[in-house]
Amino acid sequence: MPKVARLCLFLCCWLGLSAVQAETIHEERSKYRDITVTQVGDRRCLLFNVHRGDRNQTCVMVNERERLVFDYTRMSFAGLLLNPDPQRILVIGLGGGSIPMTFSDLYPQAEIDIVEIDEAVVRVAEEFFFFAETPNMEVFVDDGRPFIKRAGIRGETYDYIVLDAFSGDYIPEHMLTREFLEEVQAIMTNDSVLVANTFSTSRLYDHESVTYQRVFGDFFNFKLPSSGNRIIIAQLQSLPPRGELVSRAREFGDRLKKYDIPLVDYPRRLSTRVDWDMSRRELTDQYSPGNLLRGN
Amino acid sequence: MSFQTKRPIPRSIVASMTFASGFCIMTIEMLGARILSPYFGGSLSVWGSIITIFMLALALGYLFGGRLSTRNPNPITFALFFIVAGLFSLPVILFADAIMRPIFMAIEDPRYGSLFAAIFLFFIPTSILGMISPYAVRLMVSNHEHSGHMAGLLYFISTLGSAAGTLGTSFYFVLWFEVNQILWATTAILVLSGCFILLTSYVLESKSFKPAAGQVKRA
Repeated sequence: MPKVARLCLFLCCWLGLSAVQAETIHEERSKYRDITVTQVGDRRCLLFNVHRGDRNQTCVMVNERERLVFDYTRMSFAGLLLNPDPQRILVIGLGGGSIPMTFSDLYPQAEIDIVEIDEAVVRVAEEFFFFAETPNMEVFVDDGRPFIKRAGIRGETYDYIVLDAFSGDYIPEHMLTREFLEEVQAIMTNDSVLVANTFSTSRLYDHESVTYQRVFGDFFNFKLPSSGNRIIIAQLQSLPPRGELVSRAREFGDRLKKYDIPLVDYPRRLSTRVDWDMSRRELTDQYSPGNLLRGN
Repeated sequence: MSFQTKRPIPRSIVASMTFASGFCIMTIEMLGARILSPYFGGSLSVWGSIITIFMLALALGYLFGGRLSTRNPNPITFALFFIVAGLFSLPVILFADAIMRPIFMAIEDPRYGSLFAAIFLFFIPTSILGMISPYAVRLMVSNHEHSGHMAGLLYFISTLGSAAGTLGTSFYFVLWFEVNQILWATTAILVLSGCFILLTSYVLESKSFKPAAGQVKRA
């Protein structure tokens, strides 16, 4: 415990220090949030609702744009271990755009759709985070849930789906429910992989895990000791054996090195072990008190 | 000019019933965003649609409720507002998906989609609920001098009810219950309130033909 406390203290000091040194290069109040862009040396970060002490949404190194700075951003590519050749990619939640830009760099031929509810975020990503649409990469200013529901009705499918939508405190409540995940299933094929970025702390962890398990059955739970994020990796078909993940990581690892993604380290971190309270209630459109559950 | 109503009913009951109606209006409104979000998302415009439709429905309700109160104001009509509003809330519970799906399919823009969905789901019950306050004012007023006082008292009580409904729903009910369970409860509150008013008015009438103290003819 003291070790953890020391680590926390160190982190607080470090955050405090970096906050002091950070220079704010852009501030705006959008329909949904306060957006701040700061820069410390080479590192430029996007922050939402700074006054509430929210964490950085995303950071880039101005002179090494390809490098991914955050664990959770890198972890979002672990789905490549299950589907190494995605041709249609859907990213819900743009942020600074590092995830879609990395995909676009890796798979220039792939069609990438990005859904972002806040047009101000799109502007800021373009202006400060080197994000640019390409003929193959398009941003839709929309809410993720209706976008996915409509895609499902039109019979469209994606083979790599990243759920990374955060509003205010956490994932919007209507994107945590069983019905939503079923709509996501409708745009998946057997080979598709779903990668959802969630937090590993808070009581909501149990509820989320129960909900994902009910909809998808077993899924990979991906956590790193250095990150507070938990990445859920799910497929319609049953999950591949570890050996397959390891060989894919070996095959593929080099291509991801320039983004700082340590893919070879990932397979042993993907776990199907149930480490949540299975008696927790699943989240549905009828019962999804989201943020109210986080505090407890 | 006479201020006496046909079937008198104690002011305390009228007032507490307007508390219940304020409570139910805001409980339903707070759940509105939750009901619409699976189809139209959680964007600011969805809240905008819901609040707009509630405001318009209430405005219309105030107008008609006030007008109705000039013609033979009586507790039976007052009770019917509650019962009918409760019954018209049922489609929100029973047919929400059936109502929203075609709108979602027909209208791509989530702003207008949510606006139309809010109209079809909430406009009728909310406008009936809006009739309650002005009608209640008429039931409580027995002379010119205190009419402003009574109106103020009613706004005070029904708005307190609204505050309680807002806080209760957003802080606690959604944590304890499912959306439809909360809606069933508001429907039950409305229908039971209506029945309670009917019962009280019949009991009072059969007990005595003398008007109750508050409604003594003073003109």
